[in-house]
Formats: sequence, structure tokens, C-alpha cells
Amino acid sequence: MEKKDTRSGFGAGLTELGEKNENIVALCADLTGSLKMNDFKDKFPDRFFQVGIAESNMIGIAAGMTIGGKIPFTGTFANFSTSRVYDQIRQSIAYSGKNVKICASHAGVTLGEDGATHQVLEDIGMMKMLPHMTVINPCDYNQTKAATIAIADHIGPVYLRFGRPKVPNFTDPNQEFKIGEAININSGTDVTIIATGHLVWEALEAVKELEKKNISAELINIHTIKPLDKNAILESASKTRCVVTAEEHMLNGGLGDSVAQLLSRSLPTPLEMVGVDDTFGESGTPRGLMEKYGLTTYNIIESCEKVMKRK
Amino acid sequence: MSNLDTEKIIPQVRRDILRMVHANNSGHPGGSLGCTEFFVALYYNVMNHNSNFNMDGQKEDIFFLSNGHISPVWYSVLARYGYFNVRELSSFRKLNSRLQGHPTTHEGLEGIRMASGSLGQGLSNAIGAAITKKLNNEKNIIYTLHGDGELQEGQMWEAFMYASGNKIDNLIATIDYNKKQIDGSTDDVLPLGDLKAKLKSFGWSVLEEFKGNNLNSITNTLKEAKELTFKEKPVAIIMHTEMGNGVDFMMGTHKWHGSAPNDEQLAIALSQNTETLGDY
Repeated sequence: MEKKDTRSGFGAGLTELGEKNENIVALCADLTGSLKMNDFKDKFPDRFFQVGIAESNMIGIAAGMTIGGKIPFTGTFANFSTSRVYDQIRQSIAYSGKNVKICASHAGVTLGEDGATHQVLEDIGMMKMLPHMTVINPCDYNQTKAATIAIADHIGPVYLRFGRPKVPNFTDPNQEFKIGEAININSGTDVTIIATGHLVWEALEAVKELEKKNISAELINIHTIKPLDKNAILESASKTRCVVTAEEHMLNGGLGDSVAQLLSRSLPTPLEMVGVDDTFGESGTPRGLMEKYGLTTYNIIESCEKVMKRK
Repeated sequence: MSNLDTEKIIPQVRRDILRMVHANNSGHPGGSLGCTEFFVALYYNVMNHNSNFNMDGQKEDIFFLSNGHISPVWYSVLARYGYFNVRELSSFRKLNSRLQGHPTTHEGLEGIRMASGSLGQGLSNAIGAAITKKLNNEKNIIYTLHGDGELQEGQMWEAFMYASGNKIDNLIATIDYNKKQIDGSTDDVLPLGDLKAKLKSFGWSVLEEFKGNNLNSITNTLKEAKELTFKEKPVAIIMHTEMGNGVDFMMGTHKWHGSAPNDEQLAIALSQNTETLGDY
């Protein structure tokens, strides 16, 4: 399986957008290489804005640029795209209803060796709480590229979350990306796995392992956490009658939290959640961190077996 | 409109501010009164704008109020100019109103292009709008107003640095230099130091307006600032004003930054400002 980083999918999508639409502008806070925005910068220097290490100013400028029809894409690490600038996003983008795309790389523990100061695990929660905000967390290079292109056509603020490491690139390069529409990757009858971001690949591996144990798992790729595809989740949960969520994010405020709200209100169903449990990350290799913080195929399998006993 | 006629608007705007704030027993009269002449000068004498509002403001000058708490003066001037009916001023700060305590685009009020209230963000927003003007090949000017206390926010200095470093020269930022904020004088709370020297060292063209409560004077200074645009530097005006200007007992103190007058105080304040255009 070819491995590619999701951030490169963002970079490729941004360049393609730049060629198609002259209203696309990009802003970066001194992380152009890390965000893979160099190609856009080289091809469209008049539409690329280096703001320096000043993320608050970047968010404010992006909001202002929408007045007159530009579609700004901001790029920096996920931590500096959210917690550092939360009030700026809240007032100047979300409350003001501005058409800004907040594009965030190096999300989660797989940022690796830089450690907890940079490994934001709360960003989905922060962003999904903002009224008007769409929250998207694609799973591989192809899906990130497709998502980047798709959000330009959506009028309104979007948070697009992706990551640093090279991971298997397994989705169709010609996929149609529809915001808010879940993708059923594998049909099954015994348990539903709902996964987002890097954990979709881990979940796909889990499905194969479960099959060896004669467990038929359904796998739903939730790339859009807000608005949540409620129908897809409820339909699957009503069939399998037990659910596991998987995400590289804090359990509080993440995808699992959204699924738990939905199920407990509409279709009470046993639920197990794979994610980080109320702790900060630390330095290490991406794989080592995923193992230590319980974000691997093994953890998903374990949760599936556990939740099936609760039916 | 002749300058003589424009003068008449000023006491009426002050009456609007006082009555709006009094009706809710909440709001910020001090800074609003202090900036009355600035708003009248900007909207009636200086800016190229259209009261038939559209968000994109193409071919128009654009104004951002960064210190959103002085919304009463902005609402009054927008209504008096014709952006919306003056009767709507009576809904200020009430439930289901478009005239929120702090300005917002959320309720679709004509004239507002960005929410403000959480301080320090308006200059960044203005830089963004100024860049878009340039990308769209429009020779318009972006105006902002900031409180002096607001300059204690770090984001302001990120924006000052960006604007000069990137030659954002279609931008005029005015600082309401009344030297007062909620907790007291700016010197007591957190001194701004030599503001003019700071802004100059940040690469801005800086004008100082010592008579910010004189309509002719602030009009001329804004016009002078306009002459300095498109010369590769952003332009700042340090505008000396008196908080609470036009109401004798509200002047010379920070007490009326965010407090409303009672019935008796309102009557005295209104008696000092003639009803020239008819109360809302």
C-alpha cells in the first residue's frame, strides 16, 4: 500500500483550486513547507500571504478578505489553528459568518516527537461547538485532497483537520467528496465501527482481523464530524445493535461524543469509544504514541469484542 | 451636505446615544459621545460610501469599528445617514433586536460588516479587506477606529507590524486617544508610552489630531490622512478626544465608560444638546 501524508493531499488540492478559481487566496503563519503550501505560493505568489508567527492576525485578515469575495484558506498546525486563536475564530469568522477555510495540519499525537505542546487533541471539540462551523477530518491523502477542493464550493466557515505522518493512501483518487455524507467502507452485521481521520485505516485493518474471528464488522468513514451524517449512523446501529467509535482525538468533545449524543437520544445502543482519555500526549514516534495512547487496530478489535458482549 | 448642516447632526447623535443607553440602563455612553464628531465627519464628509448596503462594498470605502462597545454612536450615525430607519434605534440592546449590545453581522443590520466587541481584532479585519481591495483593483480606502486601551491587546501590534511590512497603504486607522478605560486612566492601567513614536517605529505614517471633538478639525485631518494613502505606508491618526464630550458631568472622568444615566441625569444631559433633527 502506497503511503502518503494527508497534508500533501491538502497542498495538492489547494494548488488545483488555485488554478480553477482566482478568488482562492492562501495565508500561512511561517509553516509554508510543513503545510505543503509551497506549490501554491510558487504558482500564485500574488494570492499567497505570509503573515509571520502571528496566528491571531492571520485569522483576522482572512475574515476581512472575504469582504469583496475572496475565499481564504489559512494554514498552520492544528493547535495554532484552534486553541491559540479561538476567540478570533469565534468573533471574526463564526459569529460574523465569514467564508474562511481554516486548514490545520499536524493534528493529534501522530505529530510525534515535538510532544504535547504541539499535539492538539481538543480541536474537533472546540470547533464543533461553534455555531455555523463545519468540521472535516479526512482519512488519507486522496480524501484530504478531495475535501480541500470540496470545501471551496461550500459557502461558510470550515475547519479542515489533517496530519503529519505518511499513512496508507487507500481511498479512490476519483472519489466524490460530499460534505456531511458518511462513506460505508465495509458492510457487516455484528458491530458498527465509526472512524475518522488516521483511525479509519486502523479500523479497516481491524475489520480484516475480526473477519478471521468470524465477526462481521461494518465500517463507516465519517470524514465530516459536523454536520454529522445521522442517518448513516442510525441505520447501521439499528442493524448491528452495537457501535465502536475511533478517532485520534480526546474522547471528550470528539466524534465519539457526537455519536454518543445521537445514539442516546435517538437509538440507545451499547457504545465503546477509542480515543485519548483525558490526558496530554508526549514525545515519541507516531506509532509508539498510537500504541501507548490506545489508538491502534488492536484497541479497535478489543472494543468491538467488548461492545458485542453488551448487546 | 454643507458643513453647517453637518454640525446640526452632532447634538442629535448625542441625544440618540444618551436615550438609547438610558432606555436599557446599559451601554457605553462615554466613548460614544467622545467619538461623535469623528463618526459624523467620516460618514458625512469623508468616506465614499452608499447607504444602500451590500456586504462586499465594491467600489466603496469600508469602515470597521474595532472597539465595538461604542456601538450607540455608530448605530445613530448609520441610521441618521439612511442605512436603516431611525425608529429602530429604540430596539438597542433589546430582545430580538438587530442593534445588539456590540455590533454584529449576525442579525443583518445594514452598515455592519464584522462583529466586534472582543477587542483587538478590527485592524486585522481591515487589513484583510484592504488586501482584497487591491486584489480587485479598487482604489478605495479602509477606515478603522480603535480605543486607546484596546492597544493593550497584542494582536493590534501583530497587525501594525503586518500592515507596514506589507505596504498596506489603503488603510487609515484612527485611535480614540481619550486616555481612559474601564478601570481608570490608561496610564494607571497599563501605560501606552510614547504612542506616536511607537507607531512611527512600526513604520506607519502618523498624524496627531489634538481637536478630535471639533468637526472641522477632524474632517480636515481625515482628509489629510487620505492624501497620505497609496504612498506605501499605512496611516494612523492619534485622535485626542474627551470621553463623555457634550455632557458636562460626563467629561473629565472614566466613570461613564460603561454606565447609563438615570432619569434626572438624562434630562440634564439632553438639555445640553438641542434636538435638531427630531428624536427617534
